[in-house]
This record gives sequence, structure tokens and C-alpha cells, in this order.
Amino acid sequence: MSDTPSIRAMNFALGFMLLALAAFAARLAILFASDGWDATSATGFPLTLAIFIALAAGTLSAMSKMDQDRRTGFLGATVIGLPYVWLLALFLVPFLIVLKISLSDVALARPPYMPQLDLSEGWSNLTAFLSDLDFENYTFLTSDDLYWKAYLSSLQIAFVATACTLLIAYPVAYGMARAPQEWHATLLMLVILPFWTSFLIRVYSLMGILSNDGVLNQFLLWTGLIGEPLQILNTKLAVYIGIVYTYLPFMILPIYASLEKLDESLLEAAEDLGCSRFQAFWLVTFPLSKGGIIAGCFLVFIPTIGEFVIPSLLGGSGTLMIGKVLWEEFFNNRDWPVASAVAVILLLILIIPIVLFQRSEEKSREAGQ
Amino acid sequence: MKRLSWFNVTALTLGFAFLYLPMIILIVYSFNESRLVTVWAGFSTKWYGTLLQDQEFLDAAWVTVQVAFLSSTIATVLGTMAAHVIINAGRFPGRTLFSGMIYAPLVMPEVITGLSLLLLFIGLNIDRGIMTVVLAHTTFAMCYVSVVVSSRLATFDTALEEAARDLGATPFQAFRLVTLPIILPAVISGWLLAFTLSLDDLVIASFTTGPGATTLPIKIFSAVRLGVSPQINALSTLMIVVVTIGVITASLVTKRNAVRRAEEERAGAASA
Repeated sequence: MSDTPSIRAMNFALGFMLLALAAFAARLAILFASDGWDATSATGFPLTLAIFIALAAGTLSAMSKMDQDRRTGFLGATVIGLPYVWLLALFLVPFLIVLKISLSDVALARPPYMPQLDLSEGWSNLTAFLSDLDFENYTFLTSDDLYWKAYLSSLQIAFVATACTLLIAYPVAYGMARAPQEWHATLLMLVILPFWTSFLIRVYSLMGILSNDGVLNQFLLWTGLIGEPLQILNTKLAVYIGIVYTYLPFMILPIYASLEKLDESLLEAAEDLGCSRFQAFWLVTFPLSKGGIIAGCFLVFIPTIGEFVIPSLLGGSGTLMIGKVLWEEFFNNRDWPVASAVAVILLLILIIPIVLFQRSEEKSREAGQ
Repeated sequence: MKRLSWFNVTALTLGFAFLYLPMIILIVYSFNESRLVTVWAGFSTKWYGTLLQDQEFLDAAWVTVQVAFLSSTIATVLGTMAAHVIINAGRFPGRTLFSGMIYAPLVMPEVITGLSLLLLFIGLNIDRGIMTVVLAHTTFAMCYVSVVVSSRLATFDTALEEAARDLGATPFQAFRLVTLPIILPAVISGWLLAFTLSLDDLVIASFTTGPGATTLPIKIFSAVRLGVSPQINALSTLMIVVVTIGVITASLVTKRNAVRRAEEERAGAASA
């Protein structure tokens, strides 16, 4: 290829531009840290915006030069650059800010944390600023047992709820896959429809059912099974029911997808070879649906850990979940550094199941090919 | 013709009853005369009347629709671009970071996304309001859109676009006239997904909103924290009905289009 050197040169220029963008991100964080930012906001914001636009334009033009070699031109560069810059500015940079604030100390000021970086007195302040950052909030999280209890209880609730969801979802997915072919589209629609309906409303609909004078208790009293109303709302049990109810479609869909592909002649073969129906299920169907089960479990487990709406509406004050703790730390206690530290640790915990999930997805993709 | 066993029938009945009964009960009780939501006191539509006269709810609904419309539209444009990049751009500097940033918001707990965006807005001293919620919703919705669109783009034959380029189309023309019509169903369902995600979001909106920009979920949440209210039942019923009609219409339209396309193809094959 004759144009390889020029592509390499362009790659180099682009790499440089991306580095500059990263530096810009760092600058944003520093500006954020400095209190002077607040006072000079009238000029500060347009200035930041100007830097941002200049850098974005630089990146775009570098990319367009590279793309001309591949005959896609400026448009192609915009297509890469725009979502890229958007995600850098509104996903990566904010997260770096959380990381930074988690290392700061809480203060009675606006914004309510310190140290603030003040660059007006030269770079010597930068080193002072950096030396003021510490892991104090993290040590605080380990010393107060509220936090580690909340993490553990989130993990435990997520684990038990995932298992319950699997137990309920599997027979439903199995029944769907076994239903006559012409029903499949309708059944699928019935599973997907709740997914489009508001999550908040579905959690709320459970409140009227589970409360002490709710529909469930009225029904049980009417049947005479219980003498007085059961306390379900504002307990852990209500949280389990809430999670199973709202996340059920996420578990049914992947299991149904894996069961639907199953070749039924395999089951006939197993029965011809002397398996009972249950043995055929256990030795053939179940192992072949493992991919769907694993995917479904991760799809329920991962979002459940950081769940806020379900524990706060159904769990009452006695149910500890880390998403709720973070919310209260931020809104009620106004302790931003501790809230940020809680967020960072939550993310570190989540990385393990996320990486495992991606591995298993890759494996099943390779197996599918 | 295979028949369903009693086990499968029971599983399906119980499963779907569990999924739908709470919503059906909620809809039924929205027509309850009594303020006590647990006691049936006769049929009435009065809670719909009070709801439609409650200016706060109407304002919140209007804010929510504005936010959802703006954010889902921007997210669809950005997400389609991102899907195009992931599937077709080949290698470019920072590709791993890019695809990481596309997938990370999908698994990021909402409390973290909300907290980090709020801290960014405070740091930049941006006044919080409708625009900050739009920015926040666009950011996570574009990732969902790009996942939906890229699964469609992955099966798209790029030779078609190349042929258009060889015949003299500009890249934009090739995209608009060849690629876009083919991936359009995925783009539309991406937009719908982004729209409902935005309509639905409580946590991220609570962090990034400001005075005068209360969305419907925030309003609902603050109203139901203290318990069930008949007015919220009425509002929920309206939202469930709108979404159900929307989803069923969308699926019928897609189905009809698929049938028509199949017929056209058959006619084309017959005349050839």
C-alpha cells in the first residue's frame, strides 16, 4: 500500500489530538476543583466551550484528512468524532470528577468539599492540591459498618432475587417455546410489553397489592388462610417480589431464545434411547439452555445491585441497598465526597460480574459461529 | 399438531398472571369512587377529572414530553453514527475506548450516572433545568440506540453502499438513499426505545434537574413515597394505555411492512 506512511502520520496526529482532548478533560476537572471557577463563571464557561470546540474541530479535521485516504471525507470524520467527543465530555469526564471528589474532604462551603484547586497563584498550588487528596473517605467507608453492610445486603438481595427470577422465568420460557408456532409472536409480545411500560409505575402497582390493607392481604383474609394482615410492604420480601416482577422479562427472553432454537428430534432420540421425560429434560434440554440462563442471570443481577427505586418504594427503612445509601448520602446528608467514594466502590464491585458476563457472551458468540 | 401439556399451560397462565395482574388491579382501582384505594366504593372517573385539572401534573407531563422528544431525537442521530463507527469504521485510534464508552452506560447503575453528571454540571456552573436533563438522557439513550442499530447494521451488506459510491453518490447520499432505508426499522425502534427510556427515568432526572423542570416520574415518585393515591392510579392508567397502543401499533405496522415486502419480492421473482 502506497499510502500507508501517510495513514501512519495521520494516526500519529490523531493520537496527539485525542491526547489533547484528554488534557482538556483534565483541565475541566481542575477547573471544577478550583473555587475561582465559580466566580468567573461569566467568562469561564464560554472559554471552556471555545477550547472544547477548537479541540473537537481539530480532531475532526485530523480525522477527515485520514479519512480522505479512505475516500470517506469530512463526513466520515464527523461521524466518528461527534459521538466520541459527546461520550468523552458527558461520560468519561464526569466519572473522573467523581473519582477526584471521592478523594477530597467534606467542607462547609460551596461546593461542599475541599481542597479546591486555585491556579491563580501558580503551579505550586497544584502539588499542594494533589497532596491534600487522600483515601480518607474510603477508610471511613470501612470503619462505619453501615456501608459494608449495605454492599453485602445489596449483593445478597441481588443474588437471591436472581435465583427466584430464574425459578419463575424458566417454566414460562419453556412453556412459550413449547407452545404452537402460531402463538409465539403473541406470547413474545406479551413478555415485551411490560418492558415498555414505565418501570416506576410497575413498582408502584405492587404497593397497592402488598400493603397491609392491600389486595393480597384482603384476598388471604377472605379465604381465611390468615387471621390478620401480613406485613409484606416495607420488608425485604417486598423487595424480592419487586425485583422478580420488574426483571422477569429480562430473564424470560434469553432463556426462550435458547430453548426455541432447540432441535426437538434430540428429545425424541433421548426418549427412544430409554430416557424418561424428566431425564431427557435434565440431560438434553437443560444443558442446551445454559447459555440463555447465564445471560438472563447477569441481566438481572447486574442492574439489581445498584437498584434505587425498588428498595425505596417497597423496602421501607429497614432494607439496606447501596443505591439507596448513595442517594441519601448525597441528597439528605449532602456529603458529596462520601457519596462519590460509595459510587467508586460500587463500580469496582460491578466490574467483576460485568467482565464475567462479557466473557460468557464472547464464548457463546464463538460457539455460534 | 402438538398439544401443550398441563404443566406448560399452568406455567404460562401463572407467569402471565403475575406479569399482568398488578397492572390490571391498578387500572381497576383508578376507577374507584373512594379516596381509600383499597376499598371499592363504586365506579367513577372523578380521579381523571382532578388529574386533568391539576396544573402541576400537566406541567410535569409537558416537561417530560419535551425532554423525551429532544433527547431521543439527538440520541438517535448520535447513536446511529456510533453504530456506523463500531460496525464499519475499521480501526482508528481510541477504538477500544470508544466501544467501551458505548457499552459502559448500559451496565452503569443509574445512581452513578446521575451523580457524575450532576457533579459535571455543577462544576461547569451550568444552570440545571430541561437542557441538563436532555443532555443526561441523550448520553445514556444514545448507547441503547447504537446497540439496536448496530445489530441491524451487522447484517447489512456494505457492498451496496460501495456500489452507490462507485456510481457517483457522495457518502451522505449513499447513506441517505441506500443504507438508511434498509436500517430504518432499527433506527425507528431505537428512537422509540430512547423515548420510553427518557419518559421512564426517575433517578438520572432527579440528579440532573433543576427548578422548573420537574418531570412526571419525579412528580409520581414524590407523590407515592407516602403511599398509594387514586390520582396516581389514574395517571398510571393513562400512561399504560398510551404505551400499549403505541407498541401494538408499531408492531402491526412493522408486520404489515414485512408482509408487503415479502409479496413484492415474490411478485418481482415471478415477473423476472
